[in-house]
Amino acid sequence: MTVADTRTSPRAPAIAGWTLIWVAAVACVAILYMLPDIAPWAVKYPSDAVIPIADWISAFMAWLKTNFTWLTRSITDVFNVPLQWAISLLAKGWKFGYGPDALTLPRLSWIGVCAAFALAGYAFGGIRLAALAAGCMIYIALFGQWDSAMLTLALIAISVPLCVIFGLLLGILAFRKPWIDRSIIQPMLDLMQTMPTFAYLIPMLLLFGNSPVSGMLATAIFAMPPMVRSTVLALKRVPHEIDDFGEMVGCTQRQKLLKVLLPSGRPTLMVGVNQVIMLALNMVIISSMIGAGGLGYDVLLALRALKIGQSMEAGLAIVALAIVLDRLSQAAARQRPSAHVPDQNFVQRYPMLTAAVAVLAGTTVLSHFVPAFASVPAAIKMSTAPWWKAVVDWVNIHFFDAIEAFRTFLLLYILNPIRDFLVGFPWLGMVLLVGLAGYRLSGARLAVIVVLMTAFCAATGLWEKSMATLYLCGVSAIVAALFGIALGIAASRSDRFAAFLMPICDTLQTLPSFCFIIPVVMLFRVGDVTAMIATVLFAIVPAIRYTNHGIRQIPESLIEAATVSGCTRRQMFWRVQLPLALPEIMLGLNQTVLLALSMIIICAMIGTRDLGQEVFIALAKADAGRGLTAGFAIAFIGIVADRLLRASTDRLQSRLGLV
Amino acid sequence: MNNQAPLRDEMNAAADDRPVKLRCKDVWKVFGTGAEKFLASREGVATSESLAEAKLVGAVRHASLEVKRGEIFIVMGLSGSGKSTLVRCLSRLIEPTWGSVELDGMDLLKAKPDELIEIRRHRMGMVFQHFALLPHLTVLENIAFPLSVQGVDRKSREERARKVIELVGLSGREQFYPRELSGGQQQRVGIARSLAVEPEIWFLDEPFSALDPLIRREMQTELVRLQSVLKKTIVFITHDFDEAIRLADRIAIMKDGEIIQTGTPEELVLHPATDYVAEFTRDVQRSKVMSAARLMRPVTPSADYGGTVQATDKVSTFSARIVGCRKSFLVTAADGRPLGEVTPDAVIDLLADRDAVREVRV
Repeated sequence: MTVADTRTSPRAPAIAGWTLIWVAAVACVAILYMLPDIAPWAVKYPSDAVIPIADWISAFMAWLKTNFTWLTRSITDVFNVPLQWAISLLAKGWKFGYGPDALTLPRLSWIGVCAAFALAGYAFGGIRLAALAAGCMIYIALFGQWDSAMLTLALIAISVPLCVIFGLLLGILAFRKPWIDRSIIQPMLDLMQTMPTFAYLIPMLLLFGNSPVSGMLATAIFAMPPMVRSTVLALKRVPHEIDDFGEMVGCTQRQKLLKVLLPSGRPTLMVGVNQVIMLALNMVIISSMIGAGGLGYDVLLALRALKIGQSMEAGLAIVALAIVLDRLSQAAARQRPSAHVPDQNFVQRYPMLTAAVAVLAGTTVLSHFVPAFASVPAAIKMSTAPWWKAVVDWVNIHFFDAIEAFRTFLLLYILNPIRDFLVGFPWLGMVLLVGLAGYRLSGARLAVIVVLMTAFCAATGLWEKSMATLYLCGVSAIVAALFGIALGIAASRSDRFAAFLMPICDTLQTLPSFCFIIPVVMLFRVGDVTAMIATVLFAIVPAIRYTNHGIRQIPESLIEAATVSGCTRRQMFWRVQLPLALPEIMLGLNQTVLLALSMIIICAMIGTRDLGQEVFIALAKADAGRGLTAGFAIAFIGIVADRLLRASTDRLQSRLGLV
Repeated sequence: MNNQAPLRDEMNAAADDRPVKLRCKDVWKVFGTGAEKFLASREGVATSESLAEAKLVGAVRHASLEVKRGEIFIVMGLSGSGKSTLVRCLSRLIEPTWGSVELDGMDLLKAKPDELIEIRRHRMGMVFQHFALLPHLTVLENIAFPLSVQGVDRKSREERARKVIELVGLSGREQFYPRELSGGQQQRVGIARSLAVEPEIWFLDEPFSALDPLIRREMQTELVRLQSVLKKTIVFITHDFDEAIRLADRIAIMKDGEIIQTGTPEELVLHPATDYVAEFTRDVQRSKVMSAARLMRPVTPSADYGGTVQATDKVSTFSARIVGCRKSFLVTAADGRPLGEVTPDAVIDLLADRDAVREVRV
């Protein structure tokens, strides 16, 4: 005790000093907020001082476009070959020549594809996975989403390998040259993941033309970061001895990488592939909304026409596809080779693969003669649209008043006041507070970064829109965190509840973000409340998961020690479990905030008025400068939030001696 | 070593004759910025104080050793003593900060990367504590892996692999994957893999530490059997003094990065250089490390001997017999020449751990 006492006493004045600084800073900002006339330039960023970054970017893009179109268009042509091939194979079929004597080859038969998915499920996970895969694919077929789903699948089938290959290469580079990793790759990945996808769709469209290739490249950029990260992780995690072994056998650099390190890291790499697939699906859905075609487009059309039933059905098709892809790729990742009998031929070694190819070929040939094999016969198609519509109508008739009252209450008494407060917040004050927090948490470096990024939002004239984004994102994240932490605590206390909750979390996490909007729009129509609820649903999972995990991972011995000391259940929670789980919970919060931000941007489609809307307008006008500037502002908000949260987590962890 | 009996010199003469296979002289591995400059400026002389002053950490400090051809040389130390770092310096997995490492008189530290690759491919083998098997390859493929790296064609490398699989007693498991094997079997794969290239020098880095005590014992016996066939030059790392005693021709004991004593198990037990070494040797059963030569006295003319033992035989191998028949045994050299005799009383003294152990010289 005495040792601790002597240590803390000299630090006491320092803490008091910081409290003083904080009080002073907050007081300054409060005065500025109350009496904006003292220094109007510090409250509202002067419009004549706005840095025309948007114009510069536009000019640069125009220059790129005039000088490098030959290059980008030839890239488009190259990528277009496999892409068109995949689309023909899965969705459209081939057509050679023109007119009545044109030679047509059919696409893969839907029956064959369903069977192939079932076989894959059987090979990777037994009869249950086979049933799940077949069920989901048949759902898509019977409910009339086959064509769109296959278009989506074709885009995924081409962009995923692209992502995986480039992700691997970048990951290897990052592993080999740590300084490149730190100075270029890591910041780039942060930007790629926080930048809204729409923002870089614009330059893609400008450079690569209005073709599916642009969407595919945007997908590749969006989905690549987890591959890079898991490659680095996989290579770093290879046991030191295996690395030494590679050296001792006399491997050359290339041999060691290809024959020792990468195969040893396969499980981690496969986790990356799974994430790439899910992100690619998410992105393909989003880019389909701007005209690339596919599942998302149907949802958006139906939603805009207020065809609740149809949009729900199409939305569920996305869910079905997401679940199939996720479960199959996860099961494939878990596959491990086991002892085999030598001297088998190909068919004996890969019975499922052979069967799948045979079924696909057989049904596809048949589909040339039997129309029922070529496309889903209308007779067996079903629709639950009327049913969904009836449900929503019923809810709206009976509960309209309650829902409306809830909505209005939220809007008038919670959302709008917060919004007004933040939008009127002096920009200089925000920069000051953020910088102070950065300095306090980590030091001058972080302070400079967050100050510059926050100032960027003001200096580009996007301050009010940034604050509108911050408000919606912040409120949603806080609500998600409150509910998520509560659910996580409940799950950590009861195995039964956890067993019930975790599969739901798994499924929520695989769903493309747009799926969350559909049911909420039905009940709450468009607007901020809808955006908030959809965002909460989307962002809640990490908060639940990390809280549950954080509490459960506390060593049994500590719990026993607390029990022996006579802690009540309440004391145990507040004094032992919560403090020890806090770093983990903070990690979850960090992810919740980032997910909320990405979702808020997508919610611009249902009429929020923030940076997301700015990006959408730019997309409609093909204004690269405007879109990218808003995109950077969004990314910077995300990065500032991420860095500050991460720094405070680090502080917590080092205080607990966990690092 | 300074107070060695002349007899021991004579006895060990045969062993000492063997040419030096691996020699490391004054090897340092120092971590920290400017470590190389620091050592170079002092020509490889530094104390722990001067290292600490320069904010450097000496993982291995002026280590020198000579491993003779066909010898099992054991480096023994507790965790953090630098033994693993030392063996990685010998194989140049870690670049030593200072000193020289010679394999057959050739300076390993001066070898260029491609020369080093050649040396490792053909002349070195290494076995790891946690086996370091490649999870995606079968037993056969794992063992053939070093050959496949060299570009040996599939047929001949698998033929060679099958031979070593037989040698380590894993026949029938060729198509299994590592995770389908027990720890002991996995290490047999590791051993087989390192033997596939017929290395001249064999590094074993705590090969049995991750195994259960019973399996460990079995594997030690297995190693002794293999070595009797293969006669490799072995550098064996362990933290287990009993294991060292069981296997070693000679042992180097390391502490805090320094080799504090090198010698045969017998020398270490009888003449520990420091209290630290004595701490290890205190509980060792002397009859297991001491040879007949240590206990013998000059031959009594026309005595009636109960049996004959060789001078190098450990006392424990004949103690039951000699105590049972209550007669002295004749001690002979390897060529059958009589050297002296051992009395039952001397053996009993030794077994009872009485200090009266006399060192009788011829």
